Amino acid sequence: MTEQVKVDLVLDLKGLLCPMPIVKLSQAIKDLPVGAVIEGIATDPGVMADVPAWAKTSGQELISIEQRDKEYRFLIKKVK
Amino acid sequence: MEQNKLSMVVFSGDMDRLMAAFIIATGAAASGMEVTMFFTFWGLQAIKKSEKTGKSFFGKLLGFMLKDINGVGPSKMNFGGIGRWMFKKMMKAKNVAMLDQLRNMAIELGVKLVPCQMSMEVMELTQDKLIPQVSQPAGVATFLEEARNSKITLFI
Repeated sequence: MTEQVKVDLVLDLKGLLCPMPIVKLSQAIKDLPVGAVIEGIATDPGVMADVPAWAKTSGQELISIEQRDKEYRFLIKKVK
Repeated sequence: MEQNKLSMVVFSGDMDRLMAAFIIATGAAASGMEVTMFFTFWGLQAIKKSEKTGKSFFGKLLGFMLKDINGVGPSKMNFGGIGRWMFKKMMKAKNVAMLDQLRNMAIELGVKLVPCQMSMEVMELTQDKLIPQVSQPAGVATFLEEARNSKITLFI
């Protein structure tokens, strides 16, 4: 399902803890054009709750978020 | 009119409480909110340079006790600085952002740092003893003006 989405930027968030994953995410998305997709890879289990919450607050679109082994991968689309 | 804003009073000068304050501030700024932090009383240590302060006898005495952001200890279990050392060591091991890094991040994200003029007077802290990124010192009316237009207000 996620394979069909074209990823414009892969963001390595491994080893980072709150609040750094969303801080890095917000900084990365700033430089991208509307419509661009970021794939984030994190190891902090907190992102499972925080990335969807961040998407709601910041008004960006969460395409998917999933756990694969000990990593958490998510796709965020810049919509504004 | 209510805006997408967060206003915070930072009263505490404890390492743990300051961590909470800066984590919420950076998180809010990263979520697109406009953030203002008002630093008053002990909280001023978070935006103070590592310099001796004070003019009068009591002011100098207080200046001797006041720390900067790297010198503040946790609210519990500090044990004369051992607690601070231990927490820093544990945070480093777990790769958690340190207080000074969080403050830098907040500045980078555009968080407004406002010192309280009255506490500066009482504590004999002049603006040149504060980090250069702080805004013009202000008072309660400025905070209330910000707070009544904010979606979130916190006192830490």
